[in-house]
Amino acid sequence: MKTQGWGNYPVGEAAWLTPTKPGAIGRIIGNTDTLIARGAGRAYGDAAIGAGATLSMLGMDRMIAFDPQSLELTVEAGVMLDDVIRTFQPRGYFPASVPGTKFVTVGGMVASNIHGKNHHKAGTFGSHVTRIRLVGADGKSTACSPTEQSELFHATIGGMGLTGIITEVTFRMQKVETAFMRNELLVARNLDEAMRIFEESLGWSYTVSWIDGLARGNALGRSLVIRSEHAKLSELDGWRARQPLKPAPHAFLNVPFNMPAMTLNTLSVSAFNQLVYWNGVRQEGPRIDHWNSNFFPLDAVHHWNRIYGARGFFQHQCVIPKARSRAAIGEILDRVARAGNPSFLSVLKLMGPDEAGLMTFPMEGYTLTLDFPVSRKSFELADALDAIVLAHGGRLYLTKDSRQSRAMVEAGYENLPRFRDLRAASGAARKFKSLQSERLGL
Amino acid sequence: MTARTLLVIGGTSDIGLAIAREYAAHGWDIVLTARNPDDAARNAADVQTRSGRAVRVLPFDVLSAASRDELLTNLEPLPDTVICVVGVLGDQARGESDPAHASEIIRANFEGPALILDALAARMITRGNGTLVGISSVAGVRGRGSNYLYGSAKAGFSAFLSGLRNRLAPKGVHVLTVLPGFVRTRMTEGLKLPPPITANPAEVGRAVFRAAEISRRNVIYVRAVWRLIMAIITAIPERIFKTLKL
Repeated sequence: MKTQGWGNYPVGEAAWLTPTKPGAIGRIIGNTDTLIARGAGRAYGDAAIGAGATLSMLGMDRMIAFDPQSLELTVEAGVMLDDVIRTFQPRGYFPASVPGTKFVTVGGMVASNIHGKNHHKAGTFGSHVTRIRLVGADGKSTACSPTEQSELFHATIGGMGLTGIITEVTFRMQKVETAFMRNELLVARNLDEAMRIFEESLGWSYTVSWIDGLARGNALGRSLVIRSEHAKLSELDGWRARQPLKPAPHAFLNVPFNMPAMTLNTLSVSAFNQLVYWNGVRQEGPRIDHWNSNFFPLDAVHHWNRIYGARGFFQHQCVIPKARSRAAIGEILDRVARAGNPSFLSVLKLMGPDEAGLMTFPMEGYTLTLDFPVSRKSFELADALDAIVLAHGGRLYLTKDSRQSRAMVEAGYENLPRFRDLRAASGAARKFKSLQSERLGL
Repeated sequence: MTARTLLVIGGTSDIGLAIAREYAAHGWDIVLTARNPDDAARNAADVQTRSGRAVRVLPFDVLSAASRDELLTNLEPLPDTVICVVGVLGDQARGESDPAHASEIIRANFEGPALILDALAARMITRGNGTLVGISSVAGVRGRGSNYLYGSAKAGFSAFLSGLRNRLAPKGVHVLTVLPGFVRTRMTEGLKLPPPITANPAEVGRAVFRAAEISRRNVIYVRAVWRLIMAIITAIPERIFKTLKL
């Protein structure tokens, strides 16, 4: 069956396996040449496309236990984040870290070791995981944690599903008083201002900025910085105070089919970026909104990836060590603006140090996310950006990647040799293979 | 006020799980049955974790009279609502040449569910209130060559529920018949189902709770379009219907 990631590029051909209970996975591993687990298919590139078979985890959607004392929730790996939030937010709990979409599985969040807008304070999702159960190449199920089988545990967090099939995850939630977020929107007229605001906002739980990828010259890197906190009960009034734990409505907007490739051209993307920026300038200041629109604005439109057309798109997300961030991000933004190859959505964020997993993406420094339609021109631009990232000691996020070179990943991930050794020693290297792991030799 | 209790007969099924999740989210305590209680433990933990409600599992084999007696003895107090989800699709072709398999399809979809609901109805009459819900099937509306063993058993079950409703109406006990149409579950895995008329289990859960506990409906289709589809299928004259490949 044709199989692709969220970016619709590349398209692989994979046999799908759909077990309905975790107990069946050991036997499946024994009967299958090579396979990779797949959650909701939200990795952008080829990370969840099997080089042989693709094992869908969506039938593993049961919650297992919740301890209100330790705030630890244990779920099967195919449980969706959306399901976790819908179930627990009305009871006053929220995940300690969430990515930009709620339509991911918990197993996928571990394999990608996702980060959120609170990375600088809370770290990656993996730093809140206390226990993982996974089935190895021998078909045996083992539990691992920071204290038992800790090497396997650290390799599995951010390990892109390449250490085994994750079947259960235990992770800590946080307590929240309300479903609402208290925000401040600040306008940064250029990159230096944006970075200064990030530095000044380190005390805020959540910070992110939307950056105008087409601004040049003195306005290079102009952006809207949003910083937020979970709103306290005492900070709400009116209808919100009467319904402080109001659940999210279900999204109903949908992009029903792939849009023509011309939909996102330089003109429309430029207009969109201008509109967002000047709208932000108008709205500068404090504001309250719901977690759903705050964390997951794009989830309001199902299949928004189809606006890029049938050829698909890719994201280029890098992180640069803090000391080199200003120089590298400036070069990247300048290069993108000059290429006239606009990025529809560009996001900048200051990350904190992170050692939750062997192959963790985040490091202390700035991460910049750009997205581009699939084309020869875009790939050439991305290669040029890679050279800048490499020169400044940065790396690319594997969950977004569909195109980086082996040399690039080897330079960026200093623990890759150890990861490879572990995979070889456990037999995982021969059993668990994605198109990405084959492409990059992970 | 003590929480109301739902009994789900067929606690390992995807639809049974979805219904249990929905009721528990509304504050109900849950009892699940399963032939092998270990098989339902995974669903019981799920419902309990999600809702924080009390969930327990009782053994029950719908084809066994002894097991039925045992369930009735273990069932104290009597649940407020009982939902029977048990059923097997079976293998029509195999049933045509294997009477034992045909008998199993008919008994698991009709005889077993009817007998346990009848027994529970008697207790609800004594108490003077309660709700009984039977998950039947659109396959029971008209027999088709490709699945008439299953379909005829479901037709029998639908007629049973209709009769039971008629009998219990003056006694304060409500009976709801649910015709889910296509649902994406383990039972239909591998079948090509058209998305616009295929429900997911959660949708069935919401529809059943609404119909049984709020609007007190008698017969529901989960997706309204099925009422139209079945009206058309019923209207086709038999001399034409028998020549169709269905």
